[in-house]
Formats: sequence, C-alpha cells, structure tokens
Amino acid sequence: MTRLATVCCKVLAALLAVAAAGCGGGGETEVVLVTHDSFAVSKDVKAAFEQETGLTLRILQAGDAGEALNRALLTAGDPQGDVLFGVDDSLLSRALDGDLFDEYRSPTLDAVEDAYAPPDDRVTPIDHGEVCVNIDRGWFAKRGLHPPRTLVELTLPRYRGLLVVENPATSSPGLAFLLATVAQYPDRWQGFWRKLRVNGVRVVDGWEEAYTQQFSGAAGSPGKRPIVVSYATSPAAEVIFAGKPLETSPTAAIEDGCFRQVEYAGVLRGAANDEGARKLIDFMLSELFQADVPGSMFVYPVRGGVPVPEAFELHAIRPADPLTLPPEEIEAGRDAWIDEWTAIVLR
Amino acid sequence: MDGDRPALRRTARAAVAGVPLVFLAVFFVWPLAAILERSLVEDGRLDLPFDVLVARETLDVTWFTLWQATASTALTLAAGLPLTWALARFSFPGRRLAEALVLIPFVLPTIVVATAFLAVLPDALEGTVWAILVAHVFFNVAVVVYLVGAFWGQLDGRVSDVAATLGADPARRFLAVTVPLLQPALAAAAAIVFLFSFTSFGVIVILGGPGYATLEAEIYNQAARLFDLRTAAVLALLQLAAVTAAVAVAGRLERRLGGGRTARSTPRRRPAGRERVVVTLVVAVSLALLAVPVAALVERSLSVPGGYGLDHFRALARETPALLVTPWHAVVNSFLFAGLAAAIALAVGLPAAAVAAGRRGGWLGMLVLLPLGVSAAMLGFGYLLAFDEPPLDLRGSPWLVPLAQALVAMPFVVRTVAPALRAVDDRLREAAAVLGASPARVRREIVLPLVAPALGAAAAIAFAVALGEFGATVFVARADWPTLPVAIFRFLGRPGAENVGQAMALAVTLAGLTVAVALAAARARAGRGWRP
Repeated sequence: MTRLATVCCKVLAALLAVAAAGCGGGGETEVVLVTHDSFAVSKDVKAAFEQETGLTLRILQAGDAGEALNRALLTAGDPQGDVLFGVDDSLLSRALDGDLFDEYRSPTLDAVEDAYAPPDDRVTPIDHGEVCVNIDRGWFAKRGLHPPRTLVELTLPRYRGLLVVENPATSSPGLAFLLATVAQYPDRWQGFWRKLRVNGVRVVDGWEEAYTQQFSGAAGSPGKRPIVVSYATSPAAEVIFAGKPLETSPTAAIEDGCFRQVEYAGVLRGAANDEGARKLIDFMLSELFQADVPGSMFVYPVRGGVPVPEAFELHAIRPADPLTLPPEEIEAGRDAWIDEWTAIVLR
Repeated sequence: MDGDRPALRRTARAAVAGVPLVFLAVFFVWPLAAILERSLVEDGRLDLPFDVLVARETLDVTWFTLWQATASTALTLAAGLPLTWALARFSFPGRRLAEALVLIPFVLPTIVVATAFLAVLPDALEGTVWAILVAHVFFNVAVVVYLVGAFWGQLDGRVSDVAATLGADPARRFLAVTVPLLQPALAAAAAIVFLFSFTSFGVIVILGGPGYATLEAEIYNQAARLFDLRTAAVLALLQLAAVTAAVAVAGRLERRLGGGRTARSTPRRRPAGRERVVVTLVVAVSLALLAVPVAALVERSLSVPGGYGLDHFRALARETPALLVTPWHAVVNSFLFAGLAAAIALAVGLPAAAVAAGRRGGWLGMLVLLPLGVSAAMLGFGYLLAFDEPPLDLRGSPWLVPLAQALVAMPFVVRTVAPALRAVDDRLREAAAVLGASPARVRREIVLPLVAPALGAAAAIAFAVALGEFGATVFVARADWPTLPVAIFRFLGRPGAENVGQAMALAVTLAGLTVAVALAAARARAGRGWRP
C-alpha cells in the first residue's frame, strides 16, 4: 500500500504544480473578459482584436447576467478578470453600489446614440435588446384566430391558457417582462397580473424552459402554448437557424409592451491588466464589433449607423418606443415587486 | 527489524489515508470554509441568522426535500433491483450492451432528459411531484445497477444453492439469503441515490416548476441569483447537516449489516427454464422504459426540414455563434477531461477505499460522500475565493474542470470498491500468507482478481460521472474549453431549429460515447488482464 500511496501523492503533487503554473502570470499579454452565457463573438472579430493589440483575449463565462454579476461582486477588488460585460439596467445599480468598476470614459463613446448614453462614468453601453411577447403564427393561422397585438389583450378570455412567462425571481427576461408591466401600468400592474393568472398564465423558471419546451412556435419544441415572453430578435433567429430558406418566420414579436435592456461593460477594479481592459472596451464600441453583435448575440448595436443583417430587417422588430425604467427606480422597487408578484401569481 | 514493522505499517496506513484527506481538504473543505466565512462572519463575529432557520418556508422546503429524496430512493431501489439481478447473475447475448445502455440517462444533462421527458410525459403528470419522482428513478437506476451489481457478481452463489437444496423457494431465497448478503452494497447505493435526490436541482426546476423547491434549488436561488449569501450559507449548513446525518445512518447500517463474505465469485450462467422468461421480461421492460425518452432524443437529433438526415451531426464540425470552438472540440474536451477526472478519482479514491474497507476506516467512506451533498453553487463560489492567489491561483485554469469532476466521481469509486474489498474473505489472505506469499503477491493474485469487477465498474462509472457532470463544470469551465454538457446547454440557450438540432446531436454523441466506454471497460474487465 505504501507504494500506491507514494504514487498517488506524486500524481496529486504534479497536478497541483501544473495547475499552479498554468494559471499564474498572464498579466500584460492577456486580457480577461468576465461575462454571461449568452455572450458570443465571431472568431475573426476576436482575432482582429488580438492582432490589433497584441493581447490574447480570454473569456470566462458562467451563468446568466445576474449570476455573472454576483460572481464579480463576490470577488470585487480582486477580480477574476479585467472587464465585466453583460450588466443590464435591471442590475446596474447593484453593480455600482458594489463598487465593482473603475471609472473609464471611452473616446469612442461619442459614436453611441444618445438614447443609450451611460447613466454613470464607470460603465460603457455596448448593446441593447428588447424583451417582447412572441407568438406562434402558424398556431393562430390554423385556428383562424387573431393573435394578440397589445399587452392588455393577453387578459382576454380568447387567449386563455396560451401564455407562458418566466419567473421574474429567477430569469432575466422574466424580470424584464414584470418591469414592462410596472412601466406600462405603474399603479395597477398587480391587477393586470391577477387577470393573467385567471387567464391561465403558465410560469416556468427560465427562458430555456419557456421557449424551447413550452412555446409551440420554437423549432422542435414539444410545447403547446403559442404565446411566450422572449426577445424582439427571436423571430429572426428562427429564420437564420431554420436549416432551410424561409420566406417568413414561424414566429413574430409583438411591438406593444417591449422592455429595453441596455447591456454595459466596465473595467473591473483591481484588474491585472487595466490598460488592456480599456482597449477591450474601446474595441467593443468599434464598428467591427458592433456590426458583429446582432449575428452573434441577437441584440442590437448601440453605435449609430451600423448596419444589421437582412434577416433582422425582415423578421425581427426594432420597437420605436420601448418601455424603460431608470436603474435606481428598478433597484428601489425590484425586490418588493418580485415578492408582490410571487404572492399574486404563484401562491 | 521486527520491531520496526508495526510502526512502518502505521506510517503506511497514515500515508494511504493521507492522499484522499489532503485532496478533500484542499478541494472541498478549504473552499467551503472560505465561502462560509465570507457569508457568516462579520467583523470577526459569527453572525448566524437563526430567523432563516426557523422560517416557515425553510421548514417547508426541508420537509419536501427530505420526503421526496426518501421516496425517490425507495422507488429507485425497487425499480433497479430486478434489472440488477438479471444483469449480475446471468449471461445472455447483449448483456454487456444492456449494462452499458443503463448509463445513458445517468450522463445526459438534466435539461436534455427533461426535454425528452416532457415530450413523452402524460399531460396529467406535468408539474406534479410524480414527474419529479419518475425522473429521479430514471436518472439514478444506473447507480443501483452498477454499485449493487458489482457486489452481487462477486457473491458466492453456492450459499443460495444450499438454501435451494434445503427446500427454500426463490422468493424466500432472495429475501432470506441474497438480500442480507447484499446489504452493504444496497446501503451504499441507497446512500448515493438519496444524496443525488436530496440535492436534486435541474429535475426540480424543469419538471416541478416554481411550485417545488429543494434546499439545493433554494440555495442556488439565494446565492447565485439574489446574492443573499447569509441566507444561502445557513441553508447550505442545514443541508450539510441533513446530509451528514443521512450518511452517518447509512454508515451505521452498513457496518451493522455486515454482509456476505466471498471466497469465490460465481460466474454468470445462462438462465434456464422459467428463469429465461423472467430474465427476458425484466431486461426488456427495464430497457424499454429507459429507452423511451432516449429514443425521443435520437429522433430529434435526426429530424431535419422535410424528413430525416445527419445534417445536425455534420454541422458539429463547423463553427457556430453558440461556441468559441466547433462543437466537435467539445466532444474531444469532454473525453480528455473525463479521462483525467477518472484517473484522479481512482488515484485518490482507491487509497480511500482501502482505508474505508478496514475495520476502523468506515468514517473515510462516509467523508468522501459529503461533496455530493454540498450545494454546487456555494462550492463554486468557494473556489473563486479560495484559489485566488499563488501557489494555488486556479481562477480560470482548465485544470479546475477535471478536479471538480473528480471530486464528484470519487465517492463512486470508494463506494464501489470498498464493499468489494471488505467482502474478500480474510482466511484467503491468511492462507496465502501462510503458504509464503508476500503481501504484494497476495494483493496481486488473491485480492485483485476478486475485486476486479468492482474496479472495472468503478472506472466506468467514474468516467461516466465526469462525462455528464454539469453543475460544478459549468461553474469552472472556460469558454474556449467547453465540455459536452456545457456545449449542449449553450445551444439550448438559443432559438432556432439548427441550435436545438445540434444540442440533440451532441446529446446523442454523449450517450454514444458513454456506451462505447462502458463496453470497452466491460471488455477489458473480461479480458485476461485481471485473471490470475
């Protein structure tokens, strides 16, 4: 047994040594981006950044936007990486209160459209996406039924049992949809949700369960409900990833009641490579990266005059006047709203 | 020289126990302590929020967690034992394949199986506790088949034959002879199934919906989503206490029960007469039930616009916006990581099993189970805090993946091998020693052949556990080194037929890989290598 033990000790020691060696250093030649699961970038765009700056871009992603932020909060001051990307309006106050970021004002910020101007000097807007109600066009066509066009129509008896939404306590689009109703009906959103409950709204924990398992319009879904809370760009994704050319999308987004989420990036306080971090943020505002944003992440660029792919023009919507709420109002109300919502809809 | 020997042996024993202890201390206790300290210590004072502990919601969640885990364990044992019996005692064409197929549900990511489950589940069961229980049985049957099966195959069948000669009918033989002999393995399997069901997360969230929560789901919610570390830490401690209690009870049972001793394992035989009907029926029904959701997966991986084809599999070699590398890379990564994790789990788990099999080593067998009972989210947070400076700056290191997987796989190694080692009849070793065999030779020629089935099963199941591990892996995996389950998850996070199709193609690849490895392991086991 002694020999076995020695061998095991050696294996373990070797592992530790390699592990320790494999991740020390880095520093100046590498910039680390901490982000959420939905982050994506084209390979050639990433390569362009690396060539331009001589830095290697390493990407750490885990969990949705909220989880990525919480990991960053846990390691505030001694961060996992140099830049955090993916903080949206509903989380922004928490990030700022947690003293996560160093101040940085990118010179490229002037190219950003006014509507997305940052509320604070510590964060830089990168993209925006709208959470909208999506419908299964085929389902309604087959039954000769008009799909809903507004939020309030969702409470009509003819749409009973057709809507599936995400739990705002556990899902980012779910929270955005709750915020949409708060923004739309500031004093009577509770009544709206009571009616939705009577009308048989189904609540699931996350977007994956809602869209890929409950929504009948998603390709290959076993779902039976033709109305779901998703994104303004989801219908374009159904076309782009259909696996065959499609004239029209099987789904459509409803213009009314869309809620805008702007996603921000910031230089993490205590970053090992803060110069690289600033370069990365500049790059994320460059035309190259901004033009890549729709195809990679299915959100829209914040920079003005950047073209979006044709499928987005044809099948996705760009709500002209989406609902929004100021970050501090969201921070002040969020927990109470979620508790109230839970009591109304789930209990 | 004689005087040195006991001391030497003591040192050796300590060294053997030291390997798993150091591993657990560094990769389990330290990070856990780091996150608990961060959550509960304020200004050097312990701040335990008792109000959370006695809150009505906490009691409800704890009660639900406990009873559903107990029910799941009982159902899994009941559903798994007939199949275990058929696979462990008899040889028939396709037996090894059947044994390999059992592993598929065990390695597939919850979200994939849950999707398939939703497709075949009767509407009446959707969102009920029955859906949760059935899913737990489906996922965990492999634990019973492998852990109990490895032990069963090692039992001396003559005891049962003697009972038959004395006039005991099959039912009586099973209850009065076989079950008592199997008890240590039954307790080991039950303990692991209980822990898995107790800390169930994906099944609860997807199949149960917002109406049901286990402690694990609630801890995840509090820690990763609401960032209320105080509440999360208290719930994590509560879960750890419950798990420790359950493990201790299982340990006592296991020791009291003793179980069979083996001097000669009985080779599998062909079923004869009425047995043939029963064995065929058991295997066919069990496999058919396990296959329904898997068949739904295969169907979806092959369905393309206008019919069926291999398009989704071909697309795995191409780049996709969902990943930084091609999906095919994820397959290779998974294979490498799981192989490495299985090696680490064996390197650390075998010494632990050797200690745990000893008269006073039971505590170590219990200790290695605890990582299965701790919230993955809290442990993940702990890793972030603990490994942030040299010499162990592991943040973002690809090494974290196999290490985390090994932590989850190791209990299976220990729980499979320790009962087998314990069951080796001491008189055999003594006889060999009297005949002049050195301890090394006794191990090589007596012990090794007897525990070979358990070793093979341990390696296969450790690999499978690592291959399918998601909860901890997703926390530490790097974007440029995705594993199969992580890649599947990324695809499912995007709308569109191609994304869903590729997720399903990857899931089928994962299932195929598992079966191939399990078959290879079974083949290696049956080969000459282990025979004396």
